[in-house]
Amino acid sequence: MSEKAGRFGEYGGQYVPETLMTAVHEVEEAYEHYKNDPEFIRELDDLMRNYAGRPSMLYYAKRMTEDLGGAKIYLKREDLNHTGSHKINNVLGQVLLAKRMGKTRVIAETGAGQHGVATATAAALMDMECEIFMGKEDTERQALNVFRMELLGAKVHPVTSGTMTLKDAVNETMREWSKRVDDTLYVLGSVMGPHPFPMIVRDFQSVIGKEIKAQLMEREGKLPDAVIACVGGGSNAMGAFYEFIPEKEVELIGCEAAGLGVDNPKNAATIANGTKGIFHGMKSLFCQNEFGQIAPVYSISAGLDYPGIGPEHAMLHETGRAKYVPITDEEAVQAFEYLSRLEGIIPAIESSHAIAYAMKYAKTLPKDKIVVVNISGRGDKDVAAIARYRGVKIYE
Amino acid sequence: MSRIQDAFTNGKAFIPFVTGGDPDLETTERLLYEMAAKGADLIEIGIPFSDPIAEGPVIQEADKRALDAGCTTDQLFDLVERVRKEIKIPLVFMTYLNPIYSYGSERFLSNCKKVGIDGVIVPDLPFEEKDELKDLCKQYGIELISLIAPTSKERIKTIAKEAEGFIYCVSSMGVTGVRSEITSDVGGMVALVREVTDLPVAIGFGIATPKQAEDMAKISDGVIVGSAIVKMIAAEGRDSVEAVGEYVADMKAAANRP
Repeated sequence: MSEKAGRFGEYGGQYVPETLMTAVHEVEEAYEHYKNDPEFIRELDDLMRNYAGRPSMLYYAKRMTEDLGGAKIYLKREDLNHTGSHKINNVLGQVLLAKRMGKTRVIAETGAGQHGVATATAAALMDMECEIFMGKEDTERQALNVFRMELLGAKVHPVTSGTMTLKDAVNETMREWSKRVDDTLYVLGSVMGPHPFPMIVRDFQSVIGKEIKAQLMEREGKLPDAVIACVGGGSNAMGAFYEFIPEKEVELIGCEAAGLGVDNPKNAATIANGTKGIFHGMKSLFCQNEFGQIAPVYSISAGLDYPGIGPEHAMLHETGRAKYVPITDEEAVQAFEYLSRLEGIIPAIESSHAIAYAMKYAKTLPKDKIVVVNISGRGDKDVAAIARYRGVKIYE
Repeated sequence: MSRIQDAFTNGKAFIPFVTGGDPDLETTERLLYEMAAKGADLIEIGIPFSDPIAEGPVIQEADKRALDAGCTTDQLFDLVERVRKEIKIPLVFMTYLNPIYSYGSERFLSNCKKVGIDGVIVPDLPFEEKDELKDLCKQYGIELISLIAPTSKERIKTIAKEAEGFIYCVSSMGVTGVRSEITSDVGGMVALVREVTDLPVAIGFGIATPKQAEDMAKISDGVIVGSAIVKMIAAEGRDSVEAVGEYVADMKAAANRP
């Protein structure tokens, strides 16, 4: 890291309006303090074990391995966490931090609703006021999650500006935070936004990679040959990758949403199609036009439907430490169905992007290699949408 | 003294904002002439951005109208080059960092100089990150306007010490937009600025009525109005020019009431 705060190579930074600068500094100071506070660490650890259900299982996918005939495939079961995705790891950390900071209210953006549900859950548990901003289009795609958040006591604001999806939800949450910083923490859901969020979210998610390493050591006595995860903003991938960054022999592969294809305008493949920009508080890669207008992106997965990527991923891509591959809607849906039938595990459509690449990649590897796929969330929320994709008119 | 500072020598300054290309470039051009003729001391021209995170709904919608009508950064450079032949007051661009950075910061600022832009206001470029543009601004003689907010507190002096042109004092928390009441201690913010610099201070965010302009001008060197004007443009479109001109004249007078 360079001498400037929150940089990953040239990426990252703290590009927010002056109104928010004091607030981001306050979060930075609080985090630097509490991350080393034994009482904070103990309480978070207790929540992770006894509330979220950690450690999550590392499951050997025997049937999938045999079917593909290549590398051994392990699935990291973040879908089995409380609230059904990896998002809980980060929100328990951030909401606990908010509590310690004396905040009484948390706000958050959400795409598919996973982060919103997780935030609403942690807010209920820790007795905080909670408001969630969700693109109107996503409130329709994920209607059940809206009701779930309301059930947990959160107020959900459908966002009608811009493309009415995840990026607009982030815009609106930033606007809301700039109105009310004294009692409110913006619980950012991914490894993005202004410093210190990419670092905080990564740290709270890094439990995924640490567990993979320990669990695989116990089972196989060695490191994985590849770790595969889906990437929107990139929090589950960063969490799975981080522990392995110094282990150069472990291949790190991020799978981004190619929608209808990387050559079709309807995609959200930032690494494939993005260029350098400065937006949502960070210097990173973004899908945008020649005048720096952020592009409307598309993916069947509301959680990957974002025109940027976390700054640390931009650096890992640039240095070649991680590679990023595009996966289309069709490939993801096929993987969704494949894992459901073969292993009896219905993965989130987001995670299905990682499974799709594992299906292609594992069969090219010899049988003594090990691939770990991060199943970042469960797919119950996606069943109706996949049915519609396949022409079955089911509505939630 | 820079042309921007010069704008504050004709009594209290009145600084209107319009989004470039809203509803079309031709109307923007007529608005610029009209506002300059009716007493504007400096004009902020917004380069529309797809995701303006510091704006309230009024300016968000203006940005959208302009972009939907096809307005580009290049067209706004051409527009400024044309109006510069007649308009003598300072003109500044207000836009977000990405339209500047993606255009190429150096190309952007050298074009600013070429067409006669005096300064830039970039709401998502805080003090800590201003190296992104500072040296290039200096090289091309474009003043980089600093903003201070009600949350800035001890940061105010640090920011003001290195400021240029004028200090943009954000009157209220949140985003741009008309407010019935300004409750922050704006006078206190201005006083902190005065401790470290002689640069003029203008107050913006939330100001719409002549009474607000009068009150804010009493404790500063000028007032900035965006949303109230953009609302008139939203309502009347191409026919808004005359009404905006009258409004500018009224606000300039109100800001200078003894």
